[in-house]
Amino acid sequence: MALANLSRRAFLQTTAAGTAGLALSLGGATRAFAADLTVGIVYVGARDDFGWNQAHAVAIQALKLVPGVKVVEEENVPETDACAKTMESMINLDGAGLILATSFGYYTPFVVDMAKKYPKVEFRHAAPLWDKDKDPKNAGSYFGYLNQGHYVDGVAAGLSTKSNKLGFVAAKPIASVLSNINSFMLGARKVNPNAVVQVIFTGDWSMPVREAEAASALVDAGCDVITCHVDSPKVVIETAEKRGVKSCGHNASQAPLAPKGFITGAEYKWETIYKGYAADLAAGKTLSNFTAGGIELDMVQNTPFGAGATDAAKTAATAAIADMKAKKPIYVGPLKDNKTGKIVIDKTYGNLDPYLDQMNYLLEGVVGSIT
Amino acid sequence: MSTGAPTASEVPAVAMKPAAGSDFALRLRANSEYVAIPAFALLMAALLFALFLLAIGKSPIDFVAYVWRGGFGTAFSFQNTLQRSSPLILTALAVAIPARIGLIMIGAEGALVLGGFAAAAIAVPMIGVAPPFLTLAIMVVAAIAVGGLWVGIAGYLRYARGVNETIASLLLTYIGIAIMNFFVEGVLRDASNPNKPSTKPLGDAYMVGKIPGTDVHWGFAVGVLLAIALYILMTRTTFGFAARVTGGNFRAALAQGLPVGKLIVSCAMIAGGCAGLAGFFEVAAIQGRANASLAAGYGFTGILVSFLARHNPLVIVPVAILFGGLVASGGLIQRRMDLPDATVLVLQGLIFVVLLTSETLYGRFAFFKPIKGRDRT
Repeated sequence: MALANLSRRAFLQTTAAGTAGLALSLGGATRAFAADLTVGIVYVGARDDFGWNQAHAVAIQALKLVPGVKVVEEENVPETDACAKTMESMINLDGAGLILATSFGYYTPFVVDMAKKYPKVEFRHAAPLWDKDKDPKNAGSYFGYLNQGHYVDGVAAGLSTKSNKLGFVAAKPIASVLSNINSFMLGARKVNPNAVVQVIFTGDWSMPVREAEAASALVDAGCDVITCHVDSPKVVIETAEKRGVKSCGHNASQAPLAPKGFITGAEYKWETIYKGYAADLAAGKTLSNFTAGGIELDMVQNTPFGAGATDAAKTAATAAIADMKAKKPIYVGPLKDNKTGKIVIDKTYGNLDPYLDQMNYLLEGVVGSIT
Repeated sequence: MSTGAPTASEVPAVAMKPAAGSDFALRLRANSEYVAIPAFALLMAALLFALFLLAIGKSPIDFVAYVWRGGFGTAFSFQNTLQRSSPLILTALAVAIPARIGLIMIGAEGALVLGGFAAAAIAVPMIGVAPPFLTLAIMVVAAIAVGGLWVGIAGYLRYARGVNETIASLLLTYIGIAIMNFFVEGVLRDASNPNKPSTKPLGDAYMVGKIPGTDVHWGFAVGVLLAIALYILMTRTTFGFAARVTGGNFRAALAQGLPVGKLIVSCAMIAGGCAGLAGFFEVAAIQGRANASLAAGYGFTGILVSFLARHNPLVIVPVAILFGGLVASGGLIQRRMDLPDATVLVLQGLIFVVLLTSETLYGRFAFFKPIKGRDRT
C-alpha cells in the first residue's frame, strides 16, 4: 500500500517537476546569453589538490571577475550518477546556463545524457571526447595538450641531470599519459641523446603511498630528476625534494613544494579557455563545440624555472617553448616502440594530430612496460 | 535487583498501570522506544552539528533550509534523494542480514563491484544477439551469484576455519576491486575507448529504465521490495528464527542441532547477492559499462545505514533515504554556503557516533516497559 502511494505521489511530483524544471531551464538559458549567467563547475577531487582540480579552480577565478557571471562550484563529485545529479541540481536549483564538467569519466554517459535532457543549457567537458556526428550540439569539449609542457620539461631535465636517468611516476597506461611520458623523453633526448626515462605505473589516479614508493624507487635506481602524471603530484614532488633530487611538475604549479630541486613543470592554462567562453557568452555568440590546443594557443604553459634548473636548461627550455609556439612537431618519425623495436610512428605528425590521441605504446628511450 | 527480590511496591506499579490500555497500545508503547531514542539521538547530533557550524561562522538555519531544498523540498530534489538512496538500501541489507546471525560483514563494496562487473562481462557476448529482456535476466543472475559467492567465501571461512569475517570481507573487497581492474584493463577492455578502461558499453536498448513517471531507476523499487522480503524472511520464517538463534548464542544453536554452517554461509550469500544486485543496477541503470567508477563507496556507506537502522531491513529504507537526502543536498550546501565537501561527512559522523552512543539508553526508561511482568502468551 505504502509503495503504491509512494509511486503515485512520485508520479504527481514528477509531472510538476517536469514543468517546473523546463520553465527553470528555459529561464536559465535565456539569461545565459544576456548579461546574467550562472556557470556550474564540477570537480572530481578537492579544489586545493596541487593538481588537476586546482588547475581548474585557479582558472575559474577569471570567470568570476566577469560582470554578470556567477560561478557555483562543487568538489569531490564522483564519476557516478552523482555527477549527473550535481549538474541537474545546478540547473534546477541554481539556474545554471553553462556547465563545466572537469573530470574525464563524467562524459559518457552523464554529460551526454544531461545535454539531451536539457537542450537549452550548454555543457563543456574537459577532454577531447565530443563527437560532432553523435553527440548533442549543446555539448562540447575543451582540452589542453599538456604533452607540450612535458616536452619542455624533458628539455630542461635532460640538461639538469647528471646520471642521465630521469624518473616518471605515471598513473594509468592510457593515451594521454603515454603521450606525456614519450614527449618528456623526446624533449630530454633532443638535448641529451644519452638520457633515458624510467617509468613506474601506480595503477590509479590517486595512490599517494604508492606514488611515494615509486618516486623513492626511481631515486634508488639512480634517477636524479623525477616527474609524474598523477592527479595530485604533491607527494611525488615532495618525495623527490626530500630525497635530494630535482623534479618537474604536472597539472598545476608545484614550485612551492620543492624550493631546492624544482626545475619547471607542465601546467594547464584553463583560464584562456574559460575567459574565451565568458567573452563569447557576453557577446551573445554560440560557444565553440571543440576547443583544444597547447602552448601555441596559450592553453598550456610551463611553471617559471625553480632553483633546480641550470642555466643551460633554462636557455634550452625557453627555446623549446618558442618551438612549441611555432608549432614545431614533437613526434618526428620514424620512431620505434621500446618493446619490439617496431616502427609505431611512421612519419612526422603535427602536435595536435588525432593519430597521436590513439597512442598505446612507449617509445624507444623509455624504460618500462605498459602491461 | 541487587537486594534480591523486588519490593512489593515496585512490581505492581509497573504491571498495573498498563492494564488499562489495549494490548496493541501497549505494544506500540513498548516499541516506540525504537523510534524515540533514535529521534532523540538525531536531535542531539543536529544540536552538536549546529554548534560546529556556529563555531565556523555559518548559520545552522541556512544549513537546514538547504538540506530541505537540496534533498527533499522540490520534486527534483526528492527524486535525486531516492536515486541516491537506492544503492544504499541494497548495500545496507548486505550488512544487516549477516548482522542478524551475529556476523559483522563489511564486504558489500567488493560484492557490488564484482557483481556489477560480472553483469557487464556476461552481457558482452549477448549484446545485439540475445533480446534485451533475456540479457538483463542473465545479468541479474550473474550479479547476484558472483556477489553471493564473494561474501559467501567470508562466511565459509568464518564457519570452517574461524577466520574473522569482518577482516576477511574487508580484504576480499580489495581483491574484488583488483580483479575487476585486471579484466577491465586487460582482456575485457573496450578497445575503442583508449582513455578510460571499461568493458564494452551495453547500449541504450539493454539498459534498465526509470520507474515510469519518475526520474528514479528501478533499483529503488527493487531495494524496497527486497527489504520487505528480507524482513519477512528474518522475522517470520524458521530460517530467520534459526539465524537469530545462532546470532544470539552460537553454542546453544549448535546444541539445538541447528545447521549453523549452512545458516552462516546462506546469510553471507544473501548479503553478497544484495550487494551484487546493487552492482547490477549501477551497471545496467547508470554506467552502462563496468569500470573503476563502480567502486564509489556505496558498500561502505551501507555499513553506516545498516548500523543506524539497527540491522532492521524495514528501517533501512527510511534511513537510506535520509542519507540519500543528506548526500543529495551536500552539493547545494557546498555551492551556496561555500562550505567544503567534508561538512556533510562531519554531520554523518556525528549522527553515527551519537546514535551508537544512544544504544546505551535502551531499557533504561520505565515508560517503554509497560508490558513487564505480564504473561505475554
